[in-house]
Amino acid sequence: MRAWQSITASAVFALCALLSASPVSAQIKIGAVLSVTGPASFLGDPEKKTLEIYVDEINAKGGVNGQKLQLIVYDDAANADTARTFATRLVEEDKVVAVVGGSTTGSTLAMIPVFEEAQIPFISLAGAVQIIEPVRKWVFKTPHTDRMACEKIFADLKSRNLTHIALISGTDAFGKSMRDQCVAVASKAGITIVTEETYGPRDSDMTPQLTNIKNKAGVQAVVNPGFGQGPAIVTRNYKQLAITLPLYQSHGVASKQFIELAGPAAEGVRLPAAAILIADKLPANDPQKPVVVNYTKTYQDRTKQAVSTFGGHAYDGLMILVQAMERAKSTDAAKVRDEIEKTKGFIGTGGIVNMSPTDHMGLDLSAFHMLEITNGDWTLIPGT
Amino acid sequence: MAELLQFVFSGLTVGAIYALVALGFTLIYNASDIINFAQGEFVMLGGMTTVFVALAGVPLPLAALIAVIVTTAVGFALHRFAIDPARGASPVAAIMITIGASVFLRGLAQIVFDKRFHSLPPLFGSDPIQIGGAAILPQSFVVLGGAAIIVVLLRLLVDRTMLGKAVIATAANRLAARLIGVNTRHIVDFSFAVSAAIGAIAGILVTPITLTSYDVGTLLALKGFAAAMLGGIGSAPGAVIGGLLIGMTEALSAGYLSSNYKDAVAFLIILVVLVAMPHGLLGRVKVERV
Repeated sequence: MRAWQSITASAVFALCALLSASPVSAQIKIGAVLSVTGPASFLGDPEKKTLEIYVDEINAKGGVNGQKLQLIVYDDAANADTARTFATRLVEEDKVVAVVGGSTTGSTLAMIPVFEEAQIPFISLAGAVQIIEPVRKWVFKTPHTDRMACEKIFADLKSRNLTHIALISGTDAFGKSMRDQCVAVASKAGITIVTEETYGPRDSDMTPQLTNIKNKAGVQAVVNPGFGQGPAIVTRNYKQLAITLPLYQSHGVASKQFIELAGPAAEGVRLPAAAILIADKLPANDPQKPVVVNYTKTYQDRTKQAVSTFGGHAYDGLMILVQAMERAKSTDAAKVRDEIEKTKGFIGTGGIVNMSPTDHMGLDLSAFHMLEITNGDWTLIPGT
Repeated sequence: MAELLQFVFSGLTVGAIYALVALGFTLIYNASDIINFAQGEFVMLGGMTTVFVALAGVPLPLAALIAVIVTTAVGFALHRFAIDPARGASPVAAIMITIGASVFLRGLAQIVFDKRFHSLPPLFGSDPIQIGGAAILPQSFVVLGGAAIIVVLLRLLVDRTMLGKAVIATAANRLAARLIGVNTRHIVDFSFAVSAAIGAIAGILVTPITLTSYDVGTLLALKGFAAAMLGGIGSAPGAVIGGLLIGMTEALSAGYLSSNYKDAVAFLIILVVLVAMPHGLLGRVKVERV
């Protein structure tokens, strides 16, 4: 045990020595704490790659205000305690100008006090609405929120004259958080939740819950806030029980993988998704089209991996920061912060960002498009 | 009525999965008193290897066969290179080694395969069979049938073959077994290899229902272990009964009580059974002779 520990320790030291040996001269240091490994690596991995690709690209074009960017990435492995430790290191040792990242809501919330106290602009890449509500002076975020996804689904339901729904949600963090948001905004959206069921994140059969929903009188549609393989199994069981009500999934499964996993059962399922997933389906006059097409091409060329919304969030965060620094013509934290808050009409992969002193995300419902799955592919529902 | 039938079908589906996973625990426990916590990773390896070998263009049945062979080799290697060198250690230490192996295999699968979810096509299509107003997928019967066949084969192995007798002898008293000429090291090698094969088969059969990913093993093993304990660890029919019982409890409590508490209800029942019958439903009581 001891020997192993000392080997690990010396390996870490060696690594640190290597890292600090890289040349630093008149550079703008940008910090990032991301969940590159661990259970949230599907977030942190594309985020890290995206930041690296675009920092290189910006530097190749001469940097920002004549200075090169230096990116410092730490991996918190989805652990909030680790994230906080790295946040302190970014502030005290690396002395970064600004921070992009915090892949998960947990990591982000743990780091906020550090950056608030140090007065460093912090652009989070995590989903929860709690990050920007209440508004904190130094904290911003780029991803759309669960609440917006609920509102988008409810708006689509209303347009089909469906007002009485059943909820079936996963008990994982994503499912729970989105379920709470959906319940919170339902009455305002004119939606009545008739019945509710849940399932565990690793359950392999949801037919009992769906049978209860099927037998409940007055249900007009079913909404499934969930993430991972759960929604795919719900969709398959839905078909197995031959339930004919419209089924809505969340943005959490807006990937080709969901269609593959759910198979033919996915036909007719509707879900909200960001523009980036349907880059090729967007009409030519969509303002986001060039941005998402470019990002998708760059990311796929460099990494040989399929693009995800998460990497897009990192792109948006970095670009908002870089543009703010260019407008401020400085790297002074207070000036950069003020300029981030003044971001208007920024076209990112996640939507068109219009920030204000009361809105540190700046997205509206147009950030989501409603999709329907037909013939094993997405179809954009016109007017959304 | 149709409602009850649907819940029972769900319980059968889930229960058959737990049963199949639970079966993997029995042989290793019988031969060495070790509870192998890397059993879930064998299940994962079976499913994931099949998926990736098939993706490389190999026909599905051959891919499944390759997956079973690969997993069997991993099981053999686990004993030979990790557990056997610690021969003198107590079963508790060996169990810890299996936990380490489980973490290692999961990490390795992340790198060798990927971190996404995958599925396999079901053996007899995905059109549900309608019985009395309830629907069940043919794959559920495949899983159940697989469990039944493995129980019968294990029984035949233990009752009818010299190898099986040697496994029992090794379990009963390692020293005595060695004295009568049993190579106990090979016997435990064998039990790890066969358990790994059972795990791999389980993984291949359940993947069309549960889907698979690098970390699917952890929870499957937890439920499978609970099933094995409930049925009486070391007993193959016990593993199946335990699995079906847990699956049924979960489905019925999700249907009639609340889906929020179905896991709690299942574990409460396990607790009650184990307090009343510490050796499980079909477990043999070990008698110490003085």
